[in-house]
Amino acid sequence: MRYIRPLSIEDAVGELAKAVGPAAILAGGSDLLVRMKGGFIEPELIVDIKAIGGLADITETADGFRIGAAVPCAVLGENKAVRKAWPGVVEAANLIGSKQVQGRCTITGNLCNASPAADSVPALVAAGAKAVVAGPSGKRTIAVESVPTGPGRTSLAKGEIIEAILLDKRPVHAGDAYLRFIPRTEMDIAVVSAGVNLTLDDKGAIKTARVALGAAAPTVLLVEEAGQVLVGSKLDEATLERLAKICSGACRPIDDKRGTIEFRRKVAGVLAQRAAAIAYKRAGGK
Amino acid sequence: MAGVAVSTTINGDAVEYLCQPDETLLEVLRDRLGLTGAKEGCGTGDCGACSVIVDGRLVCSCLVLGAEAEGRKVETIEGMAHGDQLHPLQQKFIEHAALQCGICTPGFLIAAKDLLAKNPSPTEEEIRFGLAGNLCRCTGYDKIVRAVQDAANVMKGA
Repeated sequence: MRYIRPLSIEDAVGELAKAVGPAAILAGGSDLLVRMKGGFIEPELIVDIKAIGGLADITETADGFRIGAAVPCAVLGENKAVRKAWPGVVEAANLIGSKQVQGRCTITGNLCNASPAADSVPALVAAGAKAVVAGPSGKRTIAVESVPTGPGRTSLAKGEIIEAILLDKRPVHAGDAYLRFIPRTEMDIAVVSAGVNLTLDDKGAIKTARVALGAAAPTVLLVEEAGQVLVGSKLDEATLERLAKICSGACRPIDDKRGTIEFRRKVAGVLAQRAAAIAYKRAGGK
Repeated sequence: MAGVAVSTTINGDAVEYLCQPDETLLEVLRDRLGLTGAKEGCGTGDCGACSVIVDGRLVCSCLVLGAEAEGRKVETIEGMAHGDQLHPLQQKFIEHAALQCGICTPGFLIAAKDLLAKNPSPTEEEIRFGLAGNLCRCTGYDKIVRAVQDAANVMKGA
């Protein structure tokens, strides 16, 4: 096995592209090292991306925020500007693991680990976040929801690295929220979760809405119909009922020790309602 | 396998070592450098017994590669006391009997040190959340929380 710490994204991409055996990208390592220890992966090459310029930085741009792939969630949580603009994304990212894990784990890693129960991913999908992918044939920017294709699988090709996550600049009346159900008070894997992102018009009616569910299908789900049903409303009772019904119906969950299919369907709807209410309030709705 | 040459700083001292690319920082500390204060409980980042501080961030050393310590500043339990002078947290852990078997204690002390560095006056709830990444199967946590509260008071007065 070889460990390398390239200084440029081009070198990192080049090393990954020409790697013969299994290769792994290392940022926080909170998934990778556990999988290595468990014998689930035996990489011949580990590419540590933390020394690559810009990857450890959060940058405010004209369009919003650029969160480098090596930014630990603890650092993200300490960034006041991102927290103010995207509280749902930040609270989701800060739910991952303990203080110790927060010091290492990244939202890009959470996305690329491709767990259906990844906490930050429903919030990112609801937020309409994008991933900047660097690869052998250059760079491309793709929607976050197009990265995971199944449990532990992504759409990234050999040699490709996500170098940053992009979040849009926020209009005045906007809010997002993320909620998950776990049987304890903290440090657990989501049994089911929901992220909601809203913008309102001047009268407090919902102008745009995106709803995403976690641990409800093989990948995090963007439920477009759930977003559509919210548009034009002020989150009245009847709209919230329809939201819950659509979310419950969109789930394709598994039965396991952490929750039954029936339970996950029901709770997905409830969490979507509650997350929508929090997002609405954060957006200034009454 | 060729080793990786690493130059780092541990508890203020410049340290150089060779390690294998898949060796964790915890293994390096314990098996190569003889710093056996950090313990391996789970090896998967769940128990916090291997907690160390790297560049001001609390981490599980079982989830860091030894090679990653290049150019970093690592703080371990061995650097917590000044000679014979115990850190207030260590003193209060003894006074409050905040340990029984002691395996989790170095991790708790490092995590508590990090907590108080960032929040010198934590509430009981903040202490409990702040130390939630450290597991203790003996004490039931209450004595640990009391010790951290007491140490926080002492450190504020200092």
